[in-house]
Amino acid sequence: MLTLVLPRLVGVPAASRRAASVTERNVAALKPVYWLLLASGFVEPLLYLFSIGVGVGALVGDLTLPGGQVVTYAAFVAPAMLASSAMTGALAETSFNLFGKMKYMRLYDGVIATPVRPFEIALGELGWAMVRGGAYSAAFLLVMVAMGLTGAVRALVAFPAAVLVGFAFGALGMALATFLRSWQDFDLLASVQFALFLFSGTFVPATTYPAALRWLVEVTPLYRSVHLVRGVALADGGWSWLLDVAYLLVATGLGLLVAARRMERLLYR
Amino acid sequence: MTGEPLIRARGLVKRFGDFTAVDGIDVEVRAGEAFGFLGPNGAGKSSTMRMVGCISPPSGGELRILGMDPVRDGPAIRARLGVCPQLDNLDPELTVRENLTTYARYFGIPRRVARERAAELLDFVQLGERADSRVDPLSGGMKRRLTIARALVNEPDIVLLDEPTTGLDPQARHLVWERLFRLKQQGVTLVLTTHYMDEAEQLCDRLVVMDGGRIVAEGSPRELIERHSTREVVELRFAAESQEAFAGKLAGLGERVEVLPDRVLLYVADGDAAVAEVAALGLTPATVLVRRSSLEDVFLQLTGRTLVD
Repeated sequence: MLTLVLPRLVGVPAASRRAASVTERNVAALKPVYWLLLASGFVEPLLYLFSIGVGVGALVGDLTLPGGQVVTYAAFVAPAMLASSAMTGALAETSFNLFGKMKYMRLYDGVIATPVRPFEIALGELGWAMVRGGAYSAAFLLVMVAMGLTGAVRALVAFPAAVLVGFAFGALGMALATFLRSWQDFDLLASVQFALFLFSGTFVPATTYPAALRWLVEVTPLYRSVHLVRGVALADGGWSWLLDVAYLLVATGLGLLVAARRMERLLYR
Repeated sequence: MTGEPLIRARGLVKRFGDFTAVDGIDVEVRAGEAFGFLGPNGAGKSSTMRMVGCISPPSGGELRILGMDPVRDGPAIRARLGVCPQLDNLDPELTVRENLTTYARYFGIPRRVARERAAELLDFVQLGERADSRVDPLSGGMKRRLTIARALVNEPDIVLLDEPTTGLDPQARHLVWERLFRLKQQGVTLVLTTHYMDEAEQLCDRLVVMDGGRIVAEGSPRELIERHSTREVVELRFAAESQEAFAGKLAGLGERVEVLPDRVLLYVADGDAAVAEVAALGLTPATVLVRRSSLEDVFLQLTGRTLVD
């Protein structure tokens, strides 16, 4: 009966105002303990960058990109770390936290009694995940520029790319969270996430995989994300980034729609 | 105020799979009224409240709230409702004050106004001193009062209270009642569910008795008692295991005899006269109590069961 209708154009200002109030709640809930958790999300990709990008990179030497450009291994790995940290940050905030808020804190049971609708809750939570993810990306890009792994101008372009990656994974994570039954299910999610992290052209170019596997890898969201951010940060790959952007936009939209519809079913009993 | 009811339900139905929680009820609530749904657990009261609160789509029938359609105009209706749910769902990551200000923001209330209202409401529910405390350490009564304050943050036209004092100790209940009574005096329309007859008697101008998803009676507490019960009730408790044995001997005394597991109720016009008659029969109950009829008796008469199992 309650089919989800995308907010009609007239309702957009009210809907975005209500979504913003959900984001605002998370700002109010920021407490000192939480800052520590936030810091860990920033440190993790740096550890990978130094240990593998710089450390292992010293053994690997330089790499030739498909476009013919020769870069250091650290410069090759850094954009992938940026993309995967955007993924991790967004997933942590949306899947884990959304699940907790919905199932254990029963937070949204209170929120739906106000004019705020499930779609706006989803949008607001995603907005918040992006504030967090955006901060990670900006900090990581600063490190990349300082280390000479990308240029300042390229970094400015890479930032919105990383934010888009966050949006896509945030929306997908939220949709997933509505299907999870218990905290145990998160182990599964973590395994999938780690597999993506290892095999999405992050540490090794996907061109080195066997053809069949390569196709599988190339349709995963993290591959598209890494491809996009690397293309932007290293000026490689021509116009193929347009495909990545389209892919991530579709993923964001689908994730949001599924999440909102599922939340509606779970909350409007 | 026009005569248009704030809430109007016709043949309202709520089904969960094969189970029918609300089975075709007709309800009208007018402005300024304190309206109650009285009934035992599982009578369909909470399902009705959720539908009225526009967070549960009706499975059938007609429902209009503030002249609008709850499915289509949910946000517009909810903007003018205050809801105090059965289970507190306060935000455990926020302080007492932040629970109010954040909630106000969901209604689009400007921050400054939200802060002012939070301060006023915390005074109203006597939680001013706990404003900066977290929610967790609060007692059950305090949490309920905070939830009531939260329900008032948008200055609602209708306040919905689902079992507002269930699970509270007597002192906490009286404090909540007193606050709700004040709201009523201020002209706020209250709609509440309860399975406590004293709560319904104290707070409701008019109520419906629900059982098994249906409305079995409707009226003011006094009307219901007059219509469905006698003026007085004599409660007799016999020392023996079974009250049944004595009940037979009491037949014909008063209008009706009701046998409960632990006592026998005599429905009579004059309690003292009935007590004298019991003594004349040579019966010697362990305890005798004469009291006025209550909504509990109305419910017993209508359904053959007690309200609180």
